Amino acid sequence: MQSKTIENSKSWNLVFCCWMIASISTLGSLFFSEVMEFPPCVLCWYQRIAMYPLVLLFLVGTFQSAKSTFAFTFPLALTGWVIALYHNLLHYEIVPESASPCLEGVSCSTVYIDWFGFITIPALSFLSFSLLLGILLILKRNNYYEK
Amino acid sequence: MKNRKLLVILSGFVLIGLFAFAAKSYKSYESSRLGFLSQSDSSVFVPDYAPQFGDEEAKVYLTEFLDPECESCRNFYPRIKSLLKKYKGKVKLVVRYAPFHRNSKHAIKALEATRKQGKYWEALELLFKYQPKWASHHHPQPELIFVYLKEIGIDIEKLKVDMKDPKIAKMIEQEVSDLKLLKVRGTPAFFVNGKPLEKFGITYLEELIQKEIKKSY
Repeated sequence: MQSKTIENSKSWNLVFCCWMIASISTLGSLFFSEVMEFPPCVLCWYQRIAMYPLVLLFLVGTFQSAKSTFAFTFPLALTGWVIALYHNLLHYEIVPESASPCLEGVSCSTVYIDWFGFITIPALSFLSFSLLLGILLILKRNNYYEK
Repeated sequence: MKNRKLLVILSGFVLIGLFAFAAKSYKSYESSRLGFLSQSDSSVFVPDYAPQFGDEEAKVYLTEFLDPECESCRNFYPRIKSLLKKYKGKVKLVVRYAPFHRNSKHAIKALEATRKQGKYWEALELLFKYQPKWASHHHPQPELIFVYLKEIGIDIEKLKVDMKDPKIAKMIEQEVSDLKLLKVRGTPAFFVNGKPLEKFGITYLEELIQKEIKKSY
């Protein structure tokens, strides 16, 4: 039983951090859509699909080996990160809107919040996914040297 | 091991608690902001150009943001009418526009132009009545509006000229900016004396109206 759980405390802290980041991102996005009633655009939905399951995966991960946690969460985090990157490129008009999949409903380049001139919802999403990817890579390295 | 479990459970509760607290504070901030708006600037809810229906002396203003092309507005219209009948003399309707559909602006312009011929309310009812025809999803035909308006004796040539009045275009711009200020993202949207309808539904609307009548009379 003991062998199944995370071996060292550094790895555990990293997984716990990931869980917190995923939880805060999930609750934050729910706050924007359910409390502030901003309608999520298509790209936001794709990012949510990647982010929401991570909350449960990391939660289970705090009681599993770091190796399997990495294996299950990395693909989701990477997918979310790529979509978030694309969303930001769209947002900053590096990719033209006409190339976006949002033809009807809410436009993906609509700006809902803009704190201090650069903190937007897509930017927050990109930050979360980047942090997750970064921590996951540290987790992998950390575990590699442990063996 | 035990400490880890405790930390995870505690953090979970803290996050959910923070979320609930933030949601509550945001809601109360929003309703006080709208309350402040209605006190300091009632023109946000009752601009002088907006068509009003009901007794001059009525103290309760029911502001409805509607879109002639919106199906839900069409369904609500007879119910709003019966509410106005029920509370006759106490409630008046203020019509505002939320041009959220493709041909909304065209319909609003035509509707506004009918005011010059004194047939606004008949025209509004007519647009709702024939909405499935001129605003059909598969095959919208906004030009049909002119055909139907003849039914109530509108002079279409005059209407077409009046529609181009820059005042109407300016008014629509004002409506759109007020929609953003009031955070209206769906139609119909209701405000009773500046208070937003928090839960959508005709019974909730009637409750809100009764509350405001009690306060005003």
